[in-house]
Amino acid sequence: MSSPTNDRTNDRTNDASNRALSHLDLETPEKPYLDSNELIINMGPQHPATHGVLRVILKLDGEKVLGTECVIGYLHRGVEKIAENRTYTMFNPYVDRMDYVAAVSNGLGYCEAVEKLMNVEAPARAKYIRVILTELNRIASHQLWLGTHALDIGAMTPLFYTFRDREEVLKIFEKYCGARLTTHAFRIGGCQYETYAGFEKDVKNFLTFFLPKIDEYEALLTTNRIWLERTKNVGVISGADCIALGVTGPVLRASGVKWDLRKAQPYAAYSEFDFEIPVGTNGDTYDRYLVRMQEMRQSLRIIEQAVNRIPEGPIMGKVPKVIKPPVGEIYHSIEAPKGELGYFIVSDGSTQPYRVRVRPPSFVNLQALDIMVRGLLVADVVAVIGTLDIVLGEVDR
Amino acid sequence: MAEEVKTPAPLPPPEGEKKPAAEERPAPASAAPAKPAPPAKPAPPAKPAAPAKPAGPVPMPWTSPLVEKYRSQYGSGLDAQTYLGQNYLAVDRSLIPDILRLLRDEEQFDYCVDITAAHYPKREKQFDVVWILYSFPRNERVRVKTQIADGASIPSSVSIWATANWLEREVYDMFGIQFDGHPDLKRILLPDGWKGHPLRKDYGILQQDQEWVQINLGIESGQ
Repeated sequence: MSSPTNDRTNDRTNDASNRALSHLDLETPEKPYLDSNELIINMGPQHPATHGVLRVILKLDGEKVLGTECVIGYLHRGVEKIAENRTYTMFNPYVDRMDYVAAVSNGLGYCEAVEKLMNVEAPARAKYIRVILTELNRIASHQLWLGTHALDIGAMTPLFYTFRDREEVLKIFEKYCGARLTTHAFRIGGCQYETYAGFEKDVKNFLTFFLPKIDEYEALLTTNRIWLERTKNVGVISGADCIALGVTGPVLRASGVKWDLRKAQPYAAYSEFDFEIPVGTNGDTYDRYLVRMQEMRQSLRIIEQAVNRIPEGPIMGKVPKVIKPPVGEIYHSIEAPKGELGYFIVSDGSTQPYRVRVRPPSFVNLQALDIMVRGLLVADVVAVIGTLDIVLGEVDR
Repeated sequence: MAEEVKTPAPLPPPEGEKKPAAEERPAPASAAPAKPAPPAKPAPPAKPAAPAKPAGPVPMPWTSPLVEKYRSQYGSGLDAQTYLGQNYLAVDRSLIPDILRLLRDEEQFDYCVDITAAHYPKREKQFDVVWILYSFPRNERVRVKTQIADGASIPSSVSIWATANWLEREVYDMFGIQFDGHPDLKRILLPDGWKGHPLRKDYGILQQDQEWVQINLGIESGQ
């Protein structure tokens, strides 16, 4: 305790109760009344609306946000360091633990990056299986986003609906590879598992099951007056700001930039499918909601084409047992549900990667939080964190 | 444990001179059906992930109007290569702010995808710093990389791309590379009081663990 405060407390030493409290080191306030100074408060790290352990330091004027600072790293596990001490194959399951609600996408990006580094390609059938599972995973990720985002804003029902329907996706994952969340569905060079008997039927059933469910979600929210009030013109970000800040994924598209890596630089088998890139115009929370809802419909379109045209053939490419890419480096990125997920891998010719850098979409998108929430109310910060769709496991890695 | 296995392993050659090493790679036939056709392409407009497969994993000189322009301007400080269909510029450290700014202002590389680094402790200039850039109008990627010595700093590119702020902070956190002119260069993923920079190859994970248990649990080693 600094000396000036001590002087002040000493003035009142005769007050016995005051002395009893002195062990608490209570400081006498400078002014006895509330004033209108800026207030700094902590949101998180343990806060239900931060979707993990994210701490946001808010600078407030009353309830208005003047600025924010994100404190991250609570979930840092050193994934990139772990990679340097594992073989390429051993590291594969670790990537599932970054964006754990879209583990299949993580695995796809990693496997394709290593395949590119080795200059091999997965067979056509494996690519189709990859597309089907990745798009199912995009739906699962968007469902989880929708449920939690709506819950944050005060609509509780969508959470139950989306989790109920997400179960159907997870069941397909479980039947395919035995895991529901951290699936480790793909291997370098293709897929380890052939589809189970009835896979195609399950996927087709899901398509017919899920399409009306999207309408159901939309009936709850799209024209809901409370939802509109809470999301329209909240957290607006322009397309130019998105590009400057490196923001990708649905956030970028909701700001009117029609860019999707599946179209811009197609990977896996995406060039063979017909689908649209939904875009928004205002770049607000409502448009991001609409874009993600449309994306789920487009994912269904892709899955439908893929499952109807899935070719026969092998599911593993010609990959040696021991993965040993030649000396060199590669950057490969895919359109994960959250944005551009990239892997920069440096090989020294050994069985272990020399360096693996993950370009996480959540980490980069989170940087835009500050400019998106300035001037809004504290309650809107919750809405904006939800609409950015971050996963802290990926932010912190 | 695993780290001990890794550290004494021979370190790879510096990135700049990796051509010879790549050529002597084992069994090229198994990797790809070695298509001899594509080397004739004059200006590969970087379409990675496209079905068009590159010739083979050997870095080739990258020639394009962009490269010609800057080579005449900057001469030997600039080395342009294509590897597996991906273009990169190996640039002298002194050219870094200029080249990055020109790539954004004149060549429309408006999106800085990532900034990262790699550590080569055996090398005189120990660090590779890598910028991965993308151009929305051109639908093209390019990597810019430079080598710097341990303790040397590098100009920050926050004024060029706002996204560089956190990316540079992470590079600083993990490698200890200083970015001059960064508005708020401090650790981002690790706590402020952390010792060392974990993604350096000589960072001792075991030692860090042991130090922690010795101080906090009073035992010799938790391994």
